[in-house]
Amino acid sequence: MALIGEKGVQRILLVTAFSAMSALLLIALFIVNEGVPFMFRYGIQGFLLSSDWDPSSGTFGIFPMIMASLWVTVGALLVGAPLGIAGAVFLSEFAPRPVMRVVKPAIELLAAIPSVVYGFIGVMVLAPLIREVFGGPGLSVLAASIILGIMILPTVISISIDSILAVPQSYREGSLALGATVWQTVHMVTVRAAKSGIIASVILGLGRAIGETMAVIMVAGNAVKIPDSPLDSVRTLTANIALEMSYATGMHREALFATGVVLFVVIIILNTVASVAMRKRAAKK
Amino acid sequence: MSDNVTAQYKIEIDGLNLFYGQFQALKSVPMSIQERMITALIGPSGCGKSTLLRCLNRMNDLIHGVRVQGSVHLDGIDIYRPAQDVTDLRKRVGMVFQRPNPFPLTVYQNVVYGLRVAGIRHSRSLDEIAERSLRRAWMWDQVKDKLDEPALELPLDQQQRLCIARLLAVQPEVILMDEPCSALDPIATMKVEELMLELKKDYTIIIVTHNMQQAARVSDFTGYMLLGEMIEFSETQVIFTRPTKKLTEDYITGKYG
Ligand SMILES: Nc1ncnc2c1ncn2[C@@H]1O[C@H](COP(=O)(O)OP(=O)(O)OP(=O)(O)O)[C@@H](O)[C@H]1O
Ligand SMILES: [Mg+2]
Repeated sequence: MALIGEKGVQRILLVTAFSAMSALLLIALFIVNEGVPFMFRYGIQGFLLSSDWDPSSGTFGIFPMIMASLWVTVGALLVGAPLGIAGAVFLSEFAPRPVMRVVKPAIELLAAIPSVVYGFIGVMVLAPLIREVFGGPGLSVLAASIILGIMILPTVISISIDSILAVPQSYREGSLALGATVWQTVHMVTVRAAKSGIIASVILGLGRAIGETMAVIMVAGNAVKIPDSPLDSVRTLTANIALEMSYATGMHREALFATGVVLFVVIIILNTVASVAMRKRAAKK
Repeated sequence: MSDNVTAQYKIEIDGLNLFYGQFQALKSVPMSIQERMITALIGPSGCGKSTLLRCLNRMNDLIHGVRVQGSVHLDGIDIYRPAQDVTDLRKRVGMVFQRPNPFPLTVYQNVVYGLRVAGIRHSRSLDEIAERSLRRAWMWDQVKDKLDEPALELPLDQQQRLCIARLLAVQPEVILMDEPCSALDPIATMKVEELMLELKKDYTIIIVTHNMQQAARVSDFTGYMLLGEMIEFSETQVIFTRPTKKLTEDYITGKYG
């Protein structure tokens, strides 16, 4: 400290923050620059809404991948949101405090498990199970939904718990004092008061599910087709980029960047909605 | 004490001890509360007024590590007996808190909350009771056009009267009030006091207050507490004009501390 002084520290921090931000900005600009011109050249409608993806003949329709991402994400939502919210409610309102203090960080730690490990479990355990029980290829929308549903649990549980714990104790007391049971208090007052935070947690989880790549490549099967059953193999937007980027050139490469732009926009929208929801909660207090 | 003696008092507290972990917050407190009277609890901060009040609807059950000894009889029946249904008790003994705490729901949803919780679904009777309760709390005219607006957007004094209204909707027998006016300005305070005097016709009211004038103005009986003990409990007039204990006199005349 004495060596560089307060001013010096400030300057170093400023430079670090600035370079981090400009790196992010550059990446974003790069993707947009590579992808957007292609979209206009190829035609946005043809790119987004056509089902033909055949790079060798120069047709780039990502509609099957959009549908695949949609199915898988909604599937992850159906698996992850009820489990996550129920878990958060249980841990914050019913479990003894010491239990929550141990379990919550443990769940948050699950977010640190590399996604390839989730994918591995999906391939080794889940896909064979689905094949046996429901038939089909096993590697499917269903497998991806379940794996992603589990992967978003830490996000959903952790943020939901925080927002439930932020509900003033006076609401709970007011409800119990009117003769409500603990359960009635939880679902009629506490969860409603924490609603915007819980919604935000789910939306952030969704952002994670849409962006997830490795685990999805491993368990979704990667067939380019519009799914019509949860047991179908699909290829998501992220998987499409990751699978083909290594050998793509020219138009093909630009089409993959354009796919990236689509993902980018979707995730920005989701995060904006989530932060608006959270800000609404903060403003209410 | 047997449970089937005809009750002379609405509430009879006997030898009530309460421990927060190791700390004893109530020390062998006795108190007898008459029906349809206003009973005030006064005393310096931290003497156990809120604790005693919260024993009467068993809100202290919610606090981890609380131990209660002694007995509290409501209409002659011990509310700390194992078979007591606590939600049923809290419907009979309602509570108004120090800071208005309407739920973050609409005005209407707040008023009918206790009824919904009790399983009443019929919307016509809900509407009727909501209107009656809001009228009873003297706020129907102010909120009749705002029933679907968020309760938290009402001014503070209306929020507090809404809390009273939602209590009246479940038709309790006893109303506990823990410093209900401390967040309100003098005019709003006066209104709540008038309301209490009106409600006294039908309800037994127990109020904790820091404000001795308030106790003198509204209550029929007053208990003076100090360090967890009930120093003196008597008719309000007696407490304020000729208390029998020196400690009470010191507090009343402002010599305390
Ligand atoms: N949850 C709790 N855990 C431990 N001690 C508590 C708890 N609540 C209250 N106490 C202690 O019990 C004593 C009585 O508290 P209580 O809130 O009943 O006092 P009070 O007379 O209502 O005070 P005030 O006028 O400030 O509201 C105080 O010493 C307080 O510190
Ligand atoms: Mg108090």
